[in-house]
Amino acid sequence: MKALLCLEDGVTFEGESVGAPGIVTGEVVFNTGMTGYQEILTDPSYSGQIVTLTYPLIGNYGINAEDFQSARTQVAGFVVRQSTSDASNWRSKETLPEFLADRGVVAISGIDTRTLTRLLRSQGVMMGGIGVGVTAEEVMERVRKAPAYTSHDYVRSCSTPTPYLWTGKPEAVALDEIGPATSTRVAVLDLGVKYNILEQLRASGVEPIVFPCTSSADALLQIDPAGVVLTPGPGDPARLDYVVETTRDLLGKRPLFGICLGHQAIAHALGGRTFKLKFGHRGSNHPVRDLETGRVYITSQNHGFAVDPEGLESSGAAITQVNINDGTVEGLRHRDADAFSIQYHPEASPGPSDSSYLFQEFVERLHR
Amino acid sequence: MPKREDVHKVMVIGSGPIIIGQAAEFDYAGTQACQSLREEGISVVLCNSNPATIMTDLEIADRVYIEPLTAEYLEKVIERERPDGLLATLGGQTGLNLATELAERGILDKHGVELLGTPLSAIQKAEDRQFFKTLMRELGEPVPESISAEDMDTVRDFARERGMPLIIRPAYTLGGTGGGIARTWEQLEAIADRGLKLSPRRQVLVERCVPRDWKEIEYEVMRDANDTCITICNMENLDPMGVHTGDSIVVAPSQTLTDREYQMLRTASLRIIRGLKIEGGCNVQLALDPHSFAYYVIEVNPRVSRSSALASKATGYPIARVSAKIAIGLHLDEIPNAVTQKTTAAFEPALDYVVVKIPRWPFDKFQRADRSLGPQMKATGEVMAIDRTFEAALLKAARSLEVSQAGLDRPRNQPVSLETLSGKLREANDERLNYLAEAFWQAMPIEQAHDLTGIDPWFLRKIKNIVDAERRLLTAGLRLSDADLAEAKQFGLPDAVIAARTGIPEMTLRARRAALGLRPSYKMVDTCAAEFEAATPYFYSTYENDSQDALPPESDAYDKTSSADTAAADIRKQKPRAIVIGSGPIRIGQGIEFDYCSVHAVWALREAGYEAIIINNNPETVSTDFDTSDRLYFEPLTFEDVMNVIEIEKPEGVILQFGGQTALNLAEQLHEAGVPILGSSFSAIDMAEDRERLDTLLAELQIPRPPGRAVSSPAEALRAAEEVGYPALVRPSYVLGGRAMEIVYNPDELNGYMKHVTQVTTDRPIWIDHYVLGVEVEVDALCDGTDVLIPGIMEHIERAGVHSGDSMAVCPPQTLSPRVIDQVVEHATRLALRLGVRGLLNVQYVAQGEEVFVLEANPRASRTAPYLSKITGIPIIRLATLISIGRTLAELGYKGGLAPEPIHPAVKAPVFSFGKLSKVDVQLGPEMKSTGEVMGIDTDYAGALYKALVACGIEVPEQGVLVVTLADRDKAEALPVVREFERSGFQIYATSGTANFLVRNGTSARTVCKISEGSPNTLDLIRQNRVDLIINTLSPSHRVEEEGRQMRRAAVERGIPCLTSLDTARALLYALDKRRQVEMIHVRSMHEYVGHPRSEDECTVGGHEEA
Ligand SMILES: Nc1ncnc2c1ncn2[C@@H]1O[C@H](COP(=O)(O)OP(=O)(O)O)[C@@H](O)[C@H]1O
Ligand SMILES: Nc1ncnc2c1ncn2[C@@H]1O[C@H](COP(=O)(O)OP(=O)(O)O)[C@@H](O)[C@H]1O
Ligand SMILES: [Mg+2]
Ligand SMILES: [Mg+2]
Repeated sequence: MKALLCLEDGVTFEGESVGAPGIVTGEVVFNTGMTGYQEILTDPSYSGQIVTLTYPLIGNYGINAEDFQSARTQVAGFVVRQSTSDASNWRSKETLPEFLADRGVVAISGIDTRTLTRLLRSQGVMMGGIGVGVTAEEVMERVRKAPAYTSHDYVRSCSTPTPYLWTGKPEAVALDEIGPATSTRVAVLDLGVKYNILEQLRASGVEPIVFPCTSSADALLQIDPAGVVLTPGPGDPARLDYVVETTRDLLGKRPLFGICLGHQAIAHALGGRTFKLKFGHRGSNHPVRDLETGRVYITSQNHGFAVDPEGLESSGAAITQVNINDGTVEGLRHRDADAFSIQYHPEASPGPSDSSYLFQEFVERLHR
Repeated sequence: MPKREDVHKVMVIGSGPIIIGQAAEFDYAGTQACQSLREEGISVVLCNSNPATIMTDLEIADRVYIEPLTAEYLEKVIERERPDGLLATLGGQTGLNLATELAERGILDKHGVELLGTPLSAIQKAEDRQFFKTLMRELGEPVPESISAEDMDTVRDFARERGMPLIIRPAYTLGGTGGGIARTWEQLEAIADRGLKLSPRRQVLVERCVPRDWKEIEYEVMRDANDTCITICNMENLDPMGVHTGDSIVVAPSQTLTDREYQMLRTASLRIIRGLKIEGGCNVQLALDPHSFAYYVIEVNPRVSRSSALASKATGYPIARVSAKIAIGLHLDEIPNAVTQKTTAAFEPALDYVVVKIPRWPFDKFQRADRSLGPQMKATGEVMAIDRTFEAALLKAARSLEVSQAGLDRPRNQPVSLETLSGKLREANDERLNYLAEAFWQAMPIEQAHDLTGIDPWFLRKIKNIVDAERRLLTAGLRLSDADLAEAKQFGLPDAVIAARTGIPEMTLRARRAALGLRPSYKMVDTCAAEFEAATPYFYSTYENDSQDALPPESDAYDKTSSADTAAADIRKQKPRAIVIGSGPIRIGQGIEFDYCSVHAVWALREAGYEAIIINNNPETVSTDFDTSDRLYFEPLTFEDVMNVIEIEKPEGVILQFGGQTALNLAEQLHEAGVPILGSSFSAIDMAEDRERLDTLLAELQIPRPPGRAVSSPAEALRAAEEVGYPALVRPSYVLGGRAMEIVYNPDELNGYMKHVTQVTTDRPIWIDHYVLGVEVEVDALCDGTDVLIPGIMEHIERAGVHSGDSMAVCPPQTLSPRVIDQVVEHATRLALRLGVRGLLNVQYVAQGEEVFVLEANPRASRTAPYLSKITGIPIIRLATLISIGRTLAELGYKGGLAPEPIHPAVKAPVFSFGKLSKVDVQLGPEMKSTGEVMGIDTDYAGALYKALVACGIEVPEQGVLVVTLADRDKAEALPVVREFERSGFQIYATSGTANFLVRNGTSARTVCKISEGSPNTLDLIRQNRVDLIINTLSPSHRVEEEGRQMRRAAVERGIPCLTSLDTARALLYALDKRRQVEMIHVRSMHEYVGHPRSEDECTVGGHEEA
């Protein structure tokens, strides 16, 4: 079936539907990673976004049972050059088009994703819509009516409704049923957590207990965690007052580790600001320099906002890492408050695992 | 750390002649490295024996030494130049081995030369399979179990314990020569026994073979001194483990790996490069289980490689350039990214296209060669294609091979039985892709194809998709709708295939496409999947379903959506444009020389104020470096693909004379399509190329040529041969590189030939020429319509009858009389003028006594243009290019006629890759067999000859054992040669007939049995390593000849020089004699030998003359 991708500025691409029927809208963004579509589709940070993959052949290794990053698909829509049913991999359980249709993801294939990417690169990300079997007018109508990406709080809808202990599978367990700690406990404030963050923590020898995004600092401290992890998540950090408040309350009380949105929340809590990037950083190849060692790490990234270094001078936090390409802040450390945060994704999934050592470092810090 | 301040002068070792496994990729890498170092203000001393390279141009390095690549010669260079550092990781295995030798022998320490970049210990750990396995175990990286065995019992024990299959490699042979995979006990016995015999230390490495469907995956990784590590690219071999990566179809990036697998192997590769402490680039080969996360590390190459060249071209990331900078201390994030010019070299490229490489094998030349593919590489070159789908990229690569197929053609010997098919699929061979297509035409299920080949079903389904698309065309036939046509084009099918399947003529399809606006758009290779604005003028075509950005090529200067200044675009539009057609994959007969020519043509055009555009598909070369031209189109060189570029670029014209026969073959169609050809016109080209037209012209000019006839039946052939006179040279019409060409001495041999050859060519006539016994002479002439300049004359050392590409040659000529030289010059001059050549004309002659016959005239740059340019100092390609765009020799400061002789004689010598091609005969003849060449230059002829022989690997002791076996007709001629060897201290062994003759004529030859006569025979002598040199001339008798073949093969496998021409033997004697008289090895830079206006003063400052 024919499908259309319409951008806010009136540009329309024609392709084939390779997922569910319907019309969806969202912020149109692109990711340059060459592998990892299954992880991307289920990454909560993509809520509210129509994700374009720049690599043209998508679906080659199908969909498996293990690589999901959350319980459901999260993207608002999906755009590829070629979506294939020719899946081949030993773990593959179904093909990508089957999966998309089954999970209700509206997706378009067969469009010139490079031209689209160049457009987004030069004009900046913008709202857009995918429509299946409808006219461009109908799609544009919906795009015009859709709320701006920055005006919506996507975190609430992807965070867990109740706390749970991560044991390898997400199973909501009431707090009082969790039982005695078998190892060091870490509270995870779920702003849109990816499974692999929890897995990495578990592999580093701690028990992660996941809390809803609206939890207060007190609620977290009740379990007496050794440290707190603030997770990645979707949307504009500037509008997450409740998260910033919790973060502020936690600063200095427990060692904090902020990732992506969690990093931005820490910056806000320290009195800093964030700003929207023209087209964000999304991909598996972003070079980050560790200012201490001078060494460069290749990181997995997925963010549309960045921390403004200017608001931070008086906060006591130091910039520890920067992006080589555009100089944006990639890491912060606040010695007194024992808080450390990074803009990129040490849990990768998808992407290089160069920085998975950060989980071990965090856990070691808790034991000190 | 910033650039090191203590390194001012660096020596770079090139990889020497082109051989299988070491081709043009090292010219590309070395050239980049030299430029990269010089950018940093470092003075570069370059050593390479291969004159056909860009890197040995005077402009590339501060000092260029075209001297033999041996430790002795390199030490001399070090003594003279006193470099601070040596960069060893850019010259392939040759460079690496030499550097290791120089270090281990203490030569580097003695002269205070530091090995830059990757330390010696890392090289040793990576190269020595035993060290390597130990290190892998320390790092926790899995390696297949193995042992090294010195006798058959150890091999058998290992096999009994571990089971089959096993992979066996003789130790200490070049590139694993003689290895193989044993699946049965029988094979094990045979391969291991041969391996033990082949290994100079009687040692084989026996390793467990991974199951045959495991994937072979490669990672190109970089590391700097600060321990920052990145991967540039990963590649998946379509052919599973067991087929050498150089012989595999390779795809970048990997297609069937999930992110977890991709990252697992990436992490392993980084761990390895860290463990080895490599500083620079490195290639890691891994085997991955298709049913679990299990993997093995197979091999690490601690240097730039064929794969790194491919990765550079596939991603746009200049690995060699960056490696060179790392070697002098820079960190990755201190090196600017040449592509985006904004970011740094510390990032990992993201591709938004798929790249397919297909190797180019020499089996079209070597009909008798064993075509199966295994752990030992056989390809001479490769093609690469880029597109947005795998099917389209594979189809592009397939038609880039120039093996006369338009797509995935079905094998020609139809119908193919299931049995044949299964056999062809089970064992990898050069035609497996075609047999796979055949399998799907025959509706073989994917699972069956997978079981037979072990190839991942993903690739198989894509190949099946291609067959299905063609089947749809077949069904549509003449009723092909516009929508069907659009679909076929978007799928990636070329017009030629659509034409073949539907029956609609190709030109009709072209016209329909033009009317429909069905044209490809051109996308940029930018390392970052369009995330950043890029400055790379590097494009590939693709059919997107909306052709909105088909015109002009995507580039930010043209980009209406970007803010880039349009002023630049306007200036650009004002420059005239010219397209240089490249020469495609490296193959026997069309090697790196033509890439050298294409690059120089581009440089000359840019110098003349043109925008120079190149179209080519060879990833190994300098011409496809995005820095070389103003715009690079990485495309197949078919009429359709070339026309598509022409249509958007609208050049003033195209230049065909530098791309070998590949480019020339397009002349007719381009001419008919109204495309202006710069340089010699189509009619000039056709007149020279067409035998009959050339014959007529020569007759008219009264230039002699050997009598010849075209015949189309055996009866006619016999008659013609009588007329022209025996011996006769027979060949099919229109072939390059002398395929299927033979000298016949009588009607019997002619009949034999006709029987054999008509199977090769059915509809084309056979040429029969009188074979003229004499000296072969060759010139490259430059003609502007008024004047004809002959930069130099090359005299061949082997007589005519040995292909010009396979014979040694010297310039200036050593034995030709002034009368012969006059005729050579005069014939070339008149011929060039009469043909209307604008640019280059290569003429080959045979001189019999004082009479000179023209053998052929090629209206294009030839194999010898680089060599001749280097030794004469005349920039032949530059002049030819400028003439092509209308300049005259006079304007350029050159007069007509024969240029003054170069002061120093230079000898070029061919290099063969026989060791890699089992069953191929080493006998020299009119068919070309060499893969590369070297040059020796010295103050006198004997010195140059000696250096050429050393450089091409013919190392003969001053005395030793010489085995002689001669055809009757050569015995008399050979006598003085054999006597001379005896006099200089050689012990002579000869087979009975030859021995009788020699003894009768007063030599003390001992008789050795022929193979059929029992033991000890010639083969035994060879295998016992008791032979130093063999002289064997081809005998017409079949049985004797078969024995000759066996003996020659045995010699090749043992690395014993085997001379099949008495001329070579005489040359060798001459050179050996010289070595006895002159003790010293001495070297000089090309700046000194030839002189160069720009660096003349430097030479006198630095160069202390010896001689
Ligand atoms: N253990 C093995 N099992 C199966 N195939 C192997 C094994 N080791 C090597 N090979 C095959 O042999 C080829 C050549 O081996 P490699 O070690 O890479 O030698 P080279 O130095 O010639 O590249 C590889 O590309 C691979 O296809
Ligand atoms: N009539 C001839 N007499 C002697 N040798 C010849 C004759 N014709 C060709 N040859 C030999 O055969 C070789 C190949 O022939 P040529 O016409 O040059 O073919 P190619 O197109 O392959 O270069 C020549 O280099 C020469 O040595
Ligand atoms: Mg290898
Ligand atoms: Mg020739």
